Amino acid sequence: MIAFEYVEPESLEEVLTLLEQHGEDAKVLAGGTGLVNLMKQRLVQPAYLIGLRQLARSPELAEIRPNGGLTIGALCSHRAIETSALIQHRLPLLATTFQHVASVRIRTAATIGGSLAHADPNQDPPPALLVLDARLRVQSRHGEREIELSDFFVDYYETALEPEELITTVIIPPHPVGAGTSFLKFLPQTHDDYATIAVAARISLDGDTIAQARVALGAAAATPLRARAVETALHGQPLTPQVVRDAAALVTEEIDPLADFRGSAEYKRDMAVVFTQRAIERAVTRAQEARGSV
Amino acid sequence: MKSIHLRVNGQAVERDIPDNTLLIDLLRNGLDLTGTKEGCSVGVCGACTVLLDGKPVSSCLTLAVTADGCEVTTIEGLAEGDRLHPLQKAFIDYGGFQCGICTPGQIMSAKALLDENPHPSKDEIQSWMMGNLCRCTGYYKIIASIQAVADGKVTP
Repeated sequence: MIAFEYVEPESLEEVLTLLEQHGEDAKVLAGGTGLVNLMKQRLVQPAYLIGLRQLARSPELAEIRPNGGLTIGALCSHRAIETSALIQHRLPLLATTFQHVASVRIRTAATIGGSLAHADPNQDPPPALLVLDARLRVQSRHGEREIELSDFFVDYYETALEPEELITTVIIPPHPVGAGTSFLKFLPQTHDDYATIAVAARISLDGDTIAQARVALGAAAATPLRARAVETALHGQPLTPQVVRDAAALVTEEIDPLADFRGSAEYKRDMAVVFTQRAIERAVTRAQEARGSV
Repeated sequence: MKSIHLRVNGQAVERDIPDNTLLIDLLRNGLDLTGTKEGCSVGVCGACTVLLDGKPVSSCLTLAVTADGCEVTTIEGLAEGDRLHPLQKAFIDYGGFQCGICTPGQIMSAKALLDENPHPSKDEIQSWMMGNLCRCTGYYKIIASIQAVADGKVTP
């Protein structure tokens, strides 16, 4: 393991001061399941490690609150999100998605803010959060700003977060009335593995017309991404099997999967089309059920 | 160096440790608690599972400084003298291990499950235990061992 100095501030202000002071020489530690692995492999070598453990009681960073939509404190663990009655009731998509992540042991430690900052493109939560139009509230000594999650992922393990900034809250706007959602994780290996391809969708219907569509993928490129060509091809169109099939086929224009032991790039492209279509179909079914027409 | 104070299996422990010490190394090398095993070293296999304030964690991914002020329970903390914990007895009675290297982690994960949910269904046991790998592939008997404790069939 690399050498570093561990500090554990008592307040958010102290964390932000240390981040400003040390910039790129510092990393913040939440659950550690991503960062400690990178440090053990010497891929990340911070001189200062800022532990966030003492902030776990701060309401802003650790609570899930109804707020029109929902706000989720960045230090909420995957397990807390998966088992939250509020999330199970309001956004079952999120409860299900977080339940798919790794093992209960990892979900107990890993936090939502930590996993987003880690920006591994193979993770499960980002596609689900992308179709929910999530935003991140980030803070530094100089104030706070909000970043659309769709603008947050910049490249492989790279984000729009500045070295002196900390993610404090994940904001989920109110769910459109009558929208249906889905998340499909295709994984031929074991259940705790990363996906070969993962697709989330949110579809709102207006009668038999697709009023709004969100489609996002994980494990499909250097970052989690919104499949905007697919969304555009669905938007305002009549709901027919042909429209859904044609739109899903466009996903290959959006993705650039890496070949690995979970599949060749070509195989992942083919599976992206299949699972995009299924995710849209499932979200449509849920939207129809929501308005009681089925 | 950092000075840490914690309780390990009910005993107060004070140590001065380098900041980068992993919990598994503190347990195995610092405290001679070698029941906890290191398998994959990346948080996947579950062999190093211990309980930190009652919650299962990968001790290979946990910095010892973050256990400061906490209660750590390892496999050595389950038996009371010669009296085995029901899970330990069940793993013996129901053949829940073969080579044994994954067993401490399996039992600590199972303890975390039963502490939270004393009567899990078979599906709940399987989904909870998914993160503990057994390369002898003795999964059915591991599930049966945990089920036996959950069903009250094992007396310590």
